[in-house]
Amino acid sequence: MVHVDPHEAGAVPAIELTGATKRFRTPSGTLHTAVRELDLTVAPGEFVAVVGPTGCGKSTTLTLVSGLEEPTEGEVRVYGEPVSGINGHVGFVFQQDAVFPWRTVLSNVMAGPRFRGVPADRAREKARDWLSRVGLSAFEDRYPHQLSGGMRKRVALAQTFVNDPRILLMDEPFSALDVQTRALMSDQLLELWAGTGSSVVFVTHDLDEAIALADRVVVMTAGPATVKEVFTVDLPRPRTVEAVRLEPRFVELYREIWASLGEEVRITRERGAGRAA
Amino acid sequence: MPLETAAPATPAVTRTEVRERAARNRKLGVYGARAAVLAAFLGLWEVCARTGVIDPFNFSQPSRIWAQIWQWVTHGTAQGSLGEQIGYTLYEALTGWVLGVVGGVLLGIALGRVRFLADVFGPYVKVLNAIPRIVLAPIFLIWFGLGPASKVASAVVLVFFPVFFNAFQGAREVDRNLVANARILGADSRKVTLQVVVPAATTWIFTSLHVSFGFALIGAIVGEYIGATKGLGLMVAAAQGTFNAAGVYAAMTILAVVALFTEGLLTFAEKRLFRWKPADAGDGR
Repeated sequence: MVHVDPHEAGAVPAIELTGATKRFRTPSGTLHTAVRELDLTVAPGEFVAVVGPTGCGKSTTLTLVSGLEEPTEGEVRVYGEPVSGINGHVGFVFQQDAVFPWRTVLSNVMAGPRFRGVPADRAREKARDWLSRVGLSAFEDRYPHQLSGGMRKRVALAQTFVNDPRILLMDEPFSALDVQTRALMSDQLLELWAGTGSSVVFVTHDLDEAIALADRVVVMTAGPATVKEVFTVDLPRPRTVEAVRLEPRFVELYREIWASLGEEVRITRERGAGRAA
Repeated sequence: MPLETAAPATPAVTRTEVRERAARNRKLGVYGARAAVLAAFLGLWEVCARTGVIDPFNFSQPSRIWAQIWQWVTHGTAQGSLGEQIGYTLYEALTGWVLGVVGGVLLGIALGRVRFLADVFGPYVKVLNAIPRIVLAPIFLIWFGLGPASKVASAVVLVFFPVFFNAFQGAREVDRNLVANARILGADSRKVTLQVVVPAATTWIFTSLHVSFGFALIGAIVGEYIGATKGLGLMVAAAQGTFNAAGVYAAMTILAVVALFTEGLLTFAEKRLFRWKPADAGDGR
């Protein structure tokens, strides 16, 4: 892969989607457009949150960047190179539990390096390091079912970060957690991310979470998804989620973005009502 | 006041004790009732046979069955020692089971993973599965002779299909998130199969192993019953040939004990293998 030095960083975006469109064939045989004419650029080291109404195609955007799916039209580039297949520099944190239930915590975190051919000793060392960063050192011999939802999510984070991804894709990673745990996890994510310099695309339906975490918030239209508006979050870092929420600028931003997002949410809801009627 | 603070502690302890004792008594009660049911059944059978309510020549009676077993244990059977017969049947059943399981798992996972293979071979597997496989036993006897090979063959065809279908289903129904996660983490297709699909399918495969060992025993016994030189199935056939009802029952009893014992071994192995599963997940469905 290309090496990106800071001077070049501005020139070559970490992620670049141009006119990306994704259509799926539904089981009934009709074509469903999930993403339409999507243009989005993410700079190296930037944290971008993507918000949009439920089911509008936010997750599809992530699968296009990760290489799990190919765009029907348009182009997806990662560090200037067109995406074809899974890219080794990409990490993906899933909405549902995706840790391997038959592996212990340590073995789960070792999985990535081991898949990539790192020797077991080295992989174990790296895994232990990341486990201690997420505060799970004492649980390395447990199986996932013996942990709480929040702890499993921390295993998933360690499992992803241990591969040193330059691009981190997160698909509503904390949506299944309770509110308090979610705030703690958000802070932990910011802490882990701060040291890596990787770019993050964080999909969420929670506007609070989006503003608290991101440098830029991208508002998607009701499906098929495309970019509606992009907002820059000019809140200083380092941030902690609970504190940043109380700042007047946060409230201002919230109001601005919600004005844009709320409209799309309403459209989606009216469509749903129309379909139900 | 100190009395009041101390008071809750004492009854709490005794309450646990009471609960423990109740649980123990309940367990004893269940075991006792089980033994009583067996004793009543055997006793009734024995009494009916002795008083002539049922004909002991056709239906035999527990004391005669026991005498028959004891005679086999001490003096051996017409075909050799009892241990040898059990060993023969177990050898045939186990060999057939292992071959059937290996074949079923390999093909099931291969067809579950590779769409093309599934599309090509799917109809053939269905057709073969539709044949009542026990009628193949006489054919195997013609092909492979009176030795163990024909029994192993009938055990294999009985074991293969349930294991195959479960492995196939297991490979098909692997959580797509797990596969996507493994691929992102850097696993190639081979590693996804070996380290994600196979472990995820083991729950499915294991549920079929229990049932299929029973099938392997059936295959071996039926094979022996149709024609053999050794084995428990042959003992059943020999006892039937001389109108020795007690012999048939005695062979059945020995079979049941053997089957229960091997079932216990399987359960033990399963517990070791599924330590990663929550304890209350039941049979894993």
